[in-house]
Amino acid sequence: MPWTRDDMTARAARELKDGFYVNLGIGIPTLVANHIPPGVQVTLQSENGMLGMGPYPFEGEEDPDLVNAGKMTISELDASSYFNSAESFAMIRGGHIDLSVLGAMQVAANGDLANWMVPGKMVKGMGGAMDLVAGVKRVIVVMEHCEKTGRSKLVRQCTLPLTGKGVVDLLITDLGVFEINRGRSSVRLVELAPGVTLEEVRARTEADFVTDLA
Amino acid sequence: MATKIQSDAASALSGLLFDGMTVMAGGFGLCGIPENLILAIRESGVKDLTVVSNNCGVDGFGLGLLLENGQIRKMISSYVGENELFERLYIEGRLEVEFTPQGTLAERIRAGGAGIPAFYTRTGVGTVVAEGKETREFDGETYLMERALKADLSIVKAWKGDAEGNLIYRKTARNFNPMMATAGRVCVAEVEVLVGTGSLDKDMIHTPGVYVHRILKGPAYEKRIERLTTRPRTEKASA
Repeated sequence: MPWTRDDMTARAARELKDGFYVNLGIGIPTLVANHIPPGVQVTLQSENGMLGMGPYPFEGEEDPDLVNAGKMTISELDASSYFNSAESFAMIRGGHIDLSVLGAMQVAANGDLANWMVPGKMVKGMGGAMDLVAGVKRVIVVMEHCEKTGRSKLVRQCTLPLTGKGVVDLLITDLGVFEINRGRSSVRLVELAPGVTLEEVRARTEADFVTDLA
Repeated sequence: MATKIQSDAASALSGLLFDGMTVMAGGFGLCGIPENLILAIRESGVKDLTVVSNNCGVDGFGLGLLLENGQIRKMISSYVGENELFERLYIEGRLEVEFTPQGTLAERIRAGGAGIPAFYTRTGVGTVVAEGKETREFDGETYLMERALKADLSIVKAWKGDAEGNLIYRKTARNFNPMMATAGRVCVAEVEVLVGTGSLDKDMIHTPGVYVHRILKGPAYEKRIERLTTRPRTEKASA
């Protein structure tokens, strides 16, 4: 059985270390917050201007002045702080955030990431993703291995407009976990989702990869 | 000294609007947007605007109102995914868009207000954002030159303000507002609470009054929530 979104984000959460400052991208990566391992304390950054993001508020306690980067209502913690967006991205660009988990449309063998537009079709904008991949120390991508059409999203070379060049360190898909050696075009499959075979991954992956897994 | 306090949004904008102008509008999504000033700009009918704002509101609210009214010629934004009309106008070539990474956008505005004409950043290197821009190597890394942004007018929203134009924002409604206040040739601020001079804690002021030329108390705030997310009260409190 390939991993579900919940499984993938739980696997991403295992990359969190105690004391980390972490930025979770909008969409699937947000779910990582539900799987923070026991004994690990992390501080979540929201790039619109908050450190120490709390859970969704209780019904009736939502505050329109308190939202995350996905414009969802959230709550504050005792440890929270607020700041403006320039300060927020100084924090990101300046290398003060330990880890970012992002979604993707394509990841290439050399660590290139595309996740912000499909020319002529989908135009939403890059938001803070380009700044995150340029400044955060370690970048993890969580995505479905293939498009709905069956086409591999782990590719030799991105065909979509890039978000960043050589920026991905670890890729978690529904089929397994891949270490990416930024810039060296070397991808290593290090974990298979339960019941998924190496042959299946090879058949569904455009990019070349190596592995010690049988 | 003439008073900065204005009776309403329309008079606060009087004499400041002209076709083809550049306007900066604070807010992130619908959070911390100058609702009343946006409505007054819609009523004014001013057109061919270049609007600098992280987003463009939603269909029917915020800057989405100016878009519907055909007043915006160009947007400088980082993310516009919440607005169907925007996407359609852009794909049809009826709206010009300069996509700018969110952090680069914030810094371009900050630089504009701080007298810094340009700066270098790693953000966007090797992407379409870098096209036509100067790059330079520092300490073995490639950086991209980004130009500062200024505007003819900036409209911002704060929580509290006083007659001097000192402003305090609330929670994540701060976002782009403080930088935009500094980067407009004229800055008009609207606040929920307008207090007497001396009643704000001087150590807690986010935007000093020097940047704010006109200030008004908004008559009402809808503060529409874009994505209401809550948890049930029965759920165990998370650690």
